[in-house]
Amino acid sequence: MTSCRLVVVGNGMAGCRFVQEVLARDADRRLGITVVGDEPGGAYNRLQLSNVLAGVARVDSIELAGEQWYAAHGVTLCTGTAVVRIDRQAGRVELDDGAALPYDVLVLATGSSPVLPPVAGLLRDDGRLPPGVVAFRTLADCTAIAQLAVTAEHAVVLGAGVLGLETARGLAGHGLPVTLVQRGSRLMERQLDADASRVLTRTVRSLGVQVRPGAGVRAVRVDGRVRGVVLDDGGTLDADLLVLCCGVRPRVELARAAGLAVAVGVVVDDQLRSSNDPRIFAIGECAEHRGRTHGLVAPSWEQARVAAQVITGSGEPVSYRGLVTVTRLKAAGIELASLGDATADDEDGSGDVEVIRFSDSSRGVYQKLVVRDGRLAGAILLGDTRAVGTITQLFDRGAALPEDRSCLLMVRRNNPAAVVQSPAMLPGRATICQCNGITKAGVCAAWQDGARDVDQISARTRAMTGCGTCRGAIEGIVAWLTGADAGSSVSA
Amino acid sequence: MPVPGVFTHCPYCALQCGMSLRDAEGQLLVGTRDFPTNRGGLCQKGWTSAELLASPDRLTMPLVRAYRAAPLKPASWDEALARVAAEIRRSQSVYGPDSVAVFGGGGLTNEKAYALGKFARVALGTSNIDYNGRFCMSSAAAAGARAFGVDRGLPFPLPDLAVADTILLVGSNVAETMPPFTRWLSDQQDNGGALVVVDPRQTPTARRATLHLQVTPGTDLALANGLLHIAIAEGHVDEPYIAARTSGFGDVRRVAAAYWPERVERITGVTVAEQRAAVRLLAGAERAMVLTSRGAEQHSKGTDTVSALINLALALGLPGTEGSGYGCLTGQGNGQGGREHGQKADQLPGYRRIDDPAAREHVAAVWGVDPARIPGPGRSAFELLDALGTAGGPRALLVMGSNVAVSAPSSGRIGRRLGSLDFLAVCDLFLSETAASADVVLPVAQWAEESGTMTNLEGRVLLRQRAAVPPPGVRTDLEVIAALALLLDAPGQWNAEPEAVFDELRRASAGGPADYAGISYERIAAEDGVFWPCPAADHPGTPRMFLNAFATPDGRARFVPVEHRPVAEDLDAEYPVYLTTGRLMEHYQSGTQTRRVRALREAQPEPVVEVHPDLAEACRLNEGDRVRVVSRRGAAEVLVRITETVRPDTVFMPFHWGGSSSANLVTNPALDPVSKMPEFKVCAVRLEAVA
Repeated sequence: MTSCRLVVVGNGMAGCRFVQEVLARDADRRLGITVVGDEPGGAYNRLQLSNVLAGVARVDSIELAGEQWYAAHGVTLCTGTAVVRIDRQAGRVELDDGAALPYDVLVLATGSSPVLPPVAGLLRDDGRLPPGVVAFRTLADCTAIAQLAVTAEHAVVLGAGVLGLETARGLAGHGLPVTLVQRGSRLMERQLDADASRVLTRTVRSLGVQVRPGAGVRAVRVDGRVRGVVLDDGGTLDADLLVLCCGVRPRVELARAAGLAVAVGVVVDDQLRSSNDPRIFAIGECAEHRGRTHGLVAPSWEQARVAAQVITGSGEPVSYRGLVTVTRLKAAGIELASLGDATADDEDGSGDVEVIRFSDSSRGVYQKLVVRDGRLAGAILLGDTRAVGTITQLFDRGAALPEDRSCLLMVRRNNPAAVVQSPAMLPGRATICQCNGITKAGVCAAWQDGARDVDQISARTRAMTGCGTCRGAIEGIVAWLTGADAGSSVSA
Repeated sequence: MPVPGVFTHCPYCALQCGMSLRDAEGQLLVGTRDFPTNRGGLCQKGWTSAELLASPDRLTMPLVRAYRAAPLKPASWDEALARVAAEIRRSQSVYGPDSVAVFGGGGLTNEKAYALGKFARVALGTSNIDYNGRFCMSSAAAAGARAFGVDRGLPFPLPDLAVADTILLVGSNVAETMPPFTRWLSDQQDNGGALVVVDPRQTPTARRATLHLQVTPGTDLALANGLLHIAIAEGHVDEPYIAARTSGFGDVRRVAAAYWPERVERITGVTVAEQRAAVRLLAGAERAMVLTSRGAEQHSKGTDTVSALINLALALGLPGTEGSGYGCLTGQGNGQGGREHGQKADQLPGYRRIDDPAAREHVAAVWGVDPARIPGPGRSAFELLDALGTAGGPRALLVMGSNVAVSAPSSGRIGRRLGSLDFLAVCDLFLSETAASADVVLPVAQWAEESGTMTNLEGRVLLRQRAAVPPPGVRTDLEVIAALALLLDAPGQWNAEPEAVFDELRRASAGGPADYAGISYERIAAEDGVFWPCPAADHPGTPRMFLNAFATPDGRARFVPVEHRPVAEDLDAEYPVYLTTGRLMEHYQSGTQTRRVRALREAQPEPVVEVHPDLAEACRLNEGDRVRVVSRRGAAEVLVRITETVRPDTVFMPFHWGGSSSANLVTNPALDPVSKMPEFKVCAVRLEAVA
């Protein structure tokens, strides 16, 4: 029996996750849920779009919830539909098809929209992007880029953040000449310091992507469709595909028009409730919690969990505390992780931060740990991420670091090559056969007792009768004993 | 007098290595024999197993205590059995049939497991019977049953392992727990096969792996979903197989979409590159296997974890394909057979469900009772133990083949529950920790002193032949059950001869999922064991299951969508380290047997905790220091062993000891909602140096 009408605006990663979290807590379906999404179809994993573009992931692998899933779970889904107004007085949202949905609880998960840089010629008179230009955000954008890439001869990717790098790398992987243009001097400037950016630039170039850092775009050349870009220094780049990856900004227009408190995002408290309407919540990239917005999925999902717990009133009281940030680049041939305050430096004289660095330019490796109060405050692992599992967990848990920090970056090999060691070098108490606890001394004693080959030694000592993997070692001892016997006597 | 040169099987683990026992001047000596599972191999436990037959610790007289505070004193069998029967009658007349409980074990023969289940339902009329296999196999059993319609540990014979291109081994340290098994992995690797091991520890098994994924404790489920995510994203799933032989993939595909490699890396600590490498090895194989053990299963989400791994196997088209598949490596000697014949709270012989009217009718007919007399499902192992002596809980308990005082999680609490019973009777070879607290201890025969069948990890039914007569004063478990049934005026037949009991078991299992009807002692001896199901004398048995259809109503295997969730008790400032538990090469289970074998005791004389050098440094601990491993439930005092084979955030303790060093004083009894498996494999602890 439905006693509460819950409307969710936005069916992206936060909105979809929120619905799943609610369903998991609302077994007797007290909530009647309606989801309004302006994209067609169900929810998909936006994070994987760059992998789809790169051909690393199949498009059918990214569906988080198809339209039939909503129906099967009694959730009403309005696809391709935008909310045009929130009427807080009446407690309803108005849709672009003229319909209105009453709510008891409203959750805004409107996400972000891509930032369009203020560049001459970028927008046509009708306010739309010219043919050949795509601001990359949605599955439809991904499909459009992939289609354009089939016939394109030169691609320019504007913006060298995570998405820009992944896009450029993905397009280059299809054999398309790609130039990555970045206004600032560093790649991934939020996640990397200057040294890391330099190493990454070399790696990216070696993968076939031209990189133009410190190059602003002054204008876009359009002739029916995009033809190229003009850089601040007057230089030009030909382009019949221009992908904009210039960051995102929270979609807050509805909230602002409805009179909700909005700074950069919709201001929410620790329960993800908007600051001036207890019936309205905001989660994901459109929400601003303690002065912070984010563009990552982990905090969005944590917010979805907390909001679902609060709204369904199930389980323990719960608060959103904010999450530390971990960024992993998904680009073939580039191993990169950046955690937390990765750009901090120990040369600012403050002395409160300790930095451990390792770099190996010939292998494209740059690793950096930022330590505060004996705990990891940030890290960069570039070119070698074998330690990323350990490092991320130490960071996530705020765990105390071992005193010898260097061992954090030194990863043991999974399979140390078998140490070839002369049996003469082994101490007598060294265990040769683990399964039966037979030492070298035991094998030697069997030899002294007259056992002259591995099978006789096995019969006498039971060595090799368990898993049998010590045969080689025993053969080695027998050979050594045989050789030594020809000369002088041996002792174990 | 011992019988010379008898073929039998090792008393310990589920590999049940074939061995011979030969009389040498009044002492039994262990010899090897060529049996298809161990091919002549034995580990140190097997070689030394006969030592226990002549152990000076052997109980040879019943012990009875006059009242709870009185000491245990020798008594005659008549006296002891009469006391047990009287206590049962007294309890049941006041508190009803369910006031008496029975606790069995995965080391009992099929005959004993069957007779014990029948005894509980028919002689006692109690629903309260369960066994220690609940602490062992139950998660894999539940997940296997819901995917395939039946649970048989390995649905294929061991030699199939030798020709597998890739084996994914999750939470199993076979190199120490069943060494001769490892020969199959050696053959597999010699044949060019790849071995991927998932384990938080760098075990001897992990060290031989092609690829070792040193996963964070309690995150195997996320890893499995992550590997499936990659398999789907990279187009490795076997679509024709999924369409023809399975159902439910859509939901699982949707769930897997949320387990992209970078997210899984953050949860599990297994890097994206390692995840992709593992999937490449699995997907590139023509024959591949996914195998699980307790490391994946002994969690409060153990069933779902196994389901996630089965989902992966199904998506790759492995189960029911010759040479490939999913399997679980059973731990206890008769962990497989012990869960098939009715000592489990919810089951009747033949792996039937106790709430299935047709099953009740069939079994009741074999037992010669009215189906209505058979009680319904009872409490699971930990729930049963935790209810002892409580209002509405059992007030008297009979234990056979288990040392619950050591093997149950949060064993301090279970010790208090045992202490609050009105009456405790224990059948054992030795005065185990549990027996020591009993009112009546019945000394029983051990493996070489009685015949009986065991079902090994492959589902191969084996015959242990009697090689020696029990010492005077000792009776068999079957004799104890039959004598008590008689004293309690139980209806039906109560035979103490193993072969006669087996014949009854065959009839009771006939038509059930684990159908033994066509198996006989003669066939087992002649054929090196017979694989169930074997419904008729002329049926060859079933080494490979599911080749044509799964045991579900529609013949399709079922995908089950499962989500990762955190461990029941995660790290915090007060308890900042994970504890995981497991076995050592030299010891078995609660150590009641192996701690009494000199060579094994000398090799591993006392319990230790394995600590990574970084953690040891942070806790100011040195090799050999005494340390208290403390959790919210209790503390165990052990020696420090420093090793880089454990993760810096995790310590490891073996669980083979009782008393103040028992690992299970510390472990967490959080139960899996489906299998009721406790979370033995991970809890939060801190280390305190002992001055």
